[in-house]
Amino acid sequence: MRVLYFAWVKSKVGIGEERVEPPAGVATVGALLDWLSQRSTKHAAALANRSVVRVAVNQEYVGTDHPVKPGDEVALFPPVTGG
Amino acid sequence: MIRVQHEDFDIGAEIAALTQGRTDIGGVASFIGLVRDVVGSESVGAMTLEHYPGMTEKKLQEIEAEANRRWPLSASLIIHRFGRLEPGDRIVLVITASPHRQAALESCAFLIDWLKTKAPFWKLEETAAGPQWVEARDSDDDAAARWIKDVAE
Repeated sequence: MRVLYFAWVKSKVGIGEERVEPPAGVATVGALLDWLSQRSTKHAAALANRSVVRVAVNQEYVGTDHPVKPGDEVALFPPVTGG
Repeated sequence: MIRVQHEDFDIGAEIAALTQGRTDIGGVASFIGLVRDVVGSESVGAMTLEHYPGMTEKKLQEIEAEANRRWPLSASLIIHRFGRLEPGDRIVLVITASPHRQAALESCAFLIDWLKTKAPFWKLEETAAGPQWVEARDSDDDAAARWIKDVAE
């Protein structure tokens, strides 16, 4: 699974992208965020306030109940501010 | 048509290209977003726009397709820049063309309102206190929400 970070989520995690292999029990976005938070203190800090983290799976906005599986592209980022 | 690019764009040339040889277009509307040097009470030296290559283009295409479903458009164009931009620089261009002005004007407003809340771009501003990520504003959500009632159909 490929996980991408953007904007201040990227700054806080310290990397823009990583490949991860969460255990089979990690089957939803919510579970993945919990699992990622335990990877390092930086991950934990970046994902501490879930209300300001948006999630896209395979480039579509999704909620925390959305399923995730090996091979997915998961992106975590703050609310968008373009235009 | 959508383009995501670092390079600047020529507004007149883009409108001319979009309407070239067309005799079915009665009106063209455009929106141009620029970098301001003051945001709130803070002075901004420059900003860097980050985006999500792939998803950004996909979302812009979806937003443009939605505008074409809602209004009878003859042509449309969205250009959004990324990278470092300075005050006065152009950020975004939206052009819509239709046989009638109302469709052009309304769809242009729709496109920029939806783009601001749906297209994955993030602004990092250079301020006296150091670089700061711009926070999403409720007023942008409100502006986008006024178009939502038509989406559920």
